[in-house]
Amino acid sequence: MREFAELVMKIGSSTKTNDKLEALMHYFNNADNKDKVWVIAIFSGRRPKRAVNTTQLATYCVELVNLPFWLFEESYHTVGDLAETIALLLPGNENAPNTSKPLHLYIEQLRDLEKQAEEIKKQFILNAWKEMNFAERFVFNKLITGGFRIGVSQKVIVNALAKTIKLDSSVIAHRISGNWDPSTITFDELLSEHSLNTDFSKPYPFYLAYAIEEDVCQLGDPKDWQAEWKWDGIRGQVIKRNQELFVWSRGEELMTEKFPEYHSLAHVLPDGIAIDGEIIPSVDQKPLPFALLQTRIGRKNITKKQLQEVPIAFFAYDLLEYNGEDWRDRPLEERRSQLEEVIAATNHPSLIISPIVPFSNWEELARLRESSRELGAEGFMLKKKQSTYQVGRKRGDWWKWKIDPLTIDAVMIYAQKGAGRRSNLYTDYTFAVKDGDKLIAFTKAYSGLTDKEFAQVDAFVKRNSLEKFGPVRTVKPELVFEIAFEGIAASNRHKSGVALRFPRISRWRKDKTPEEINTLEDLKQLLEVYGK
Amino acid sequence: MLSNFRIMPLIEFTDKGLYCRAGDFYIDPWRPVDKAVITHAHSDHARWGNKYYLCHHDTRPILQQRLGPNTYQDIAWNEPVYMNGVRITLFPAGHIIGSSQVRIESNGEIWVVSGDYKIENDGISGQFEPVKCHSFITESTFGLPIYNWKPQTEIYTDVQNWIRKNQEVSKTSVLIAYSLGKAQRLLHPIAEVTDKIFVHGAVYNIHMALVNAGWKLPAVQRVTPETSKEELKGAVVIAPSSAEGSPWLRRFAPYEIGICSGWMQVRGNARRKNADAGFALSDHADWNGLLQACRETEAECIYATHGFQAVFTRYLNEQGINAKEVKTEYGDDELEPAELKLDEE
Repeated sequence: MREFAELVMKIGSSTKTNDKLEALMHYFNNADNKDKVWVIAIFSGRRPKRAVNTTQLATYCVELVNLPFWLFEESYHTVGDLAETIALLLPGNENAPNTSKPLHLYIEQLRDLEKQAEEIKKQFILNAWKEMNFAERFVFNKLITGGFRIGVSQKVIVNALAKTIKLDSSVIAHRISGNWDPSTITFDELLSEHSLNTDFSKPYPFYLAYAIEEDVCQLGDPKDWQAEWKWDGIRGQVIKRNQELFVWSRGEELMTEKFPEYHSLAHVLPDGIAIDGEIIPSVDQKPLPFALLQTRIGRKNITKKQLQEVPIAFFAYDLLEYNGEDWRDRPLEERRSQLEEVIAATNHPSLIISPIVPFSNWEELARLRESSRELGAEGFMLKKKQSTYQVGRKRGDWWKWKIDPLTIDAVMIYAQKGAGRRSNLYTDYTFAVKDGDKLIAFTKAYSGLTDKEFAQVDAFVKRNSLEKFGPVRTVKPELVFEIAFEGIAASNRHKSGVALRFPRISRWRKDKTPEEINTLEDLKQLLEVYGK
Repeated sequence: MLSNFRIMPLIEFTDKGLYCRAGDFYIDPWRPVDKAVITHAHSDHARWGNKYYLCHHDTRPILQQRLGPNTYQDIAWNEPVYMNGVRITLFPAGHIIGSSQVRIESNGEIWVVSGDYKIENDGISGQFEPVKCHSFITESTFGLPIYNWKPQTEIYTDVQNWIRKNQEVSKTSVLIAYSLGKAQRLLHPIAEVTDKIFVHGAVYNIHMALVNAGWKLPAVQRVTPETSKEELKGAVVIAPSSAEGSPWLRRFAPYEIGICSGWMQVRGNARRKNADAGFALSDHADWNGLLQACRETEAECIYATHGFQAVFTRYLNEQGINAKEVKTEYGDDELEPAELKLDEE
């Protein structure tokens, strides 16, 4: 456990990608093979099942150190991380000998703990803490609470593995994708070519685009480029191999069971195929707002009514595998025309080809882009017709060309301390618009300010908080911000009656007073225009 | 009538600061007043514009350096001064050089103002001394149980190992530390590793004020435009937090930056600062230190100021210690206020 804890601390504190890469390579070169598999699993979001819940964990901790629970909560709100809070509160153990067990043993024991009685769970946790130093306790708690977001991207993991075992990173990315169980697979099995043949579900790593910053005219001859609408759904891959259908999300979650609309695709798609596209609710080939998709995600039992009101489609835009053959190195043009043929032949109501937008010059395309929102799109995807299907986020051949967000001026009314690198700083805000002489909260936003601005707002909150509700401070409504968002939908869960898509702070309007902010009426007008 | 019955408490919390009406003086006032008793020379406690300053011997040279000519009176620890019959004595607070708790006694009633303090003896600031009193006004900068410091010797070892690691690859070690207090505290542990210690102008000014007042400190060199790259290889540079992220740092490349502050106890803070290393070295009492200090005063009432005062007072009350929260205008940050930013460039 100590090696893993040191790895996590090193990655978490290092500011240079190269240092992180080296730390990982060092780990992959030296660690136990079983531990390595778990490290790949954990860093790619495959964490073990939660055997002990966070309340239990917190309770064991406060009992052990004899502190009231409210003080634990106060500490947690300042630290912003439950695993770290506990590690900080437990009595020091730094000079104790290294008595901890290997990472995979703890994980296996945690797994076996799931069905055990509460008292056994508690004993296990207390014993484990006793064997560990600060860093080990922190990562151990993290294993239980989940969410190993510690500043290492999957790309860094892939690169470190690629360098360690001397394989191309795109090959590694493919091998560690998809459906595998870290408790049964060995390190060699996971990374061997062999695994691809036995795992029929395995998706290809997605090719992602950066937002274009320069003028699109700089891209050159429009004839070399293909424009498609950029949809606001979930990026996904539909795969049929060995007569079985698999639907993957970009987050590498297997979603086949969630969307019954897709099931009959198993009968009509040709075998040995992988299609890249967007999982999106749609009626008459027109997409519905993202907010509606959210009503379908995370629901186990889907009613008939939901199936009728929010039917899910798949907007297909690329073909990665055909006849069991990897097509990613062929030019987009060729992949596209084959895709169109397949989709036409399949003739399935839920499998729709994402249309190409014809244009003869960039000015024309810019004009077309103005109508994105009415069509339920976020702008364009620009793809070079000769482009291969690459791995991960790459510049050059594919670009996102999004429309400007909607904006509204609002006043901050609540603040809460953030997590991670914003620990102990008030960085999570709730904003309100005017409704007559009242203020109505309508959104939260967490990002968009510089560190310096966050520090200034933090100082304001500390001096101008009116009341305290748990971790939330009500703040004198004085600071005005422009809130940018991608979409708006009606919501009966919110007092304001609207829910925003991807809200963030676009700038601090120091030039505006709270009297000059937008009104609830303004929001409702936006809803009328864009939210239906 | 009881002899020590009074309408007003011995110390009132006014908009100019902590005020003793009976003696007609203020302690660490934040607006100009006639008479100020100063706990220590940090700028949020010792401000401009007072007509008279009373402080410890070791605080005076720093005050003079910072505030220029004024009427100063300096005394030793436990050397009484009387104002309108109110007895004032200073006791070591252990926070920085010269830092003192202020004990006030009038008609048998005793109040102590802690200023900032730490329990662990750092070898230059004096050993914090608990003073029995009826009312104790305490800081609470780190008044949460997540803040419990490692012994300083362990942190010094961490700092030394970090410097050695940087030396191996010929990198400069830039340590961000409060120019008054932590900068001096770090000198001895650093001197055990290297005699190439460079300092920012802000640190240098304080250093020279102390050296001129007779302090024996390991030698340092001021960073100037003439300081050569060769000299800086593997050297240590001490700079205040205002230097963080500033172009002033560029001349040290390649360098690693390490921040010395109690806030580094929490990983997120270190990550936010984008530091290569964070050392949770503090000149403030940690949670257990605050509790210990409050208990040892045996005070009937604790007033908690600047920091986590709400949490700290609630906990004390639950423990059966009568405590109240007080708002003051002292900084609750351990990093340097902007006032000390120097126009070094």
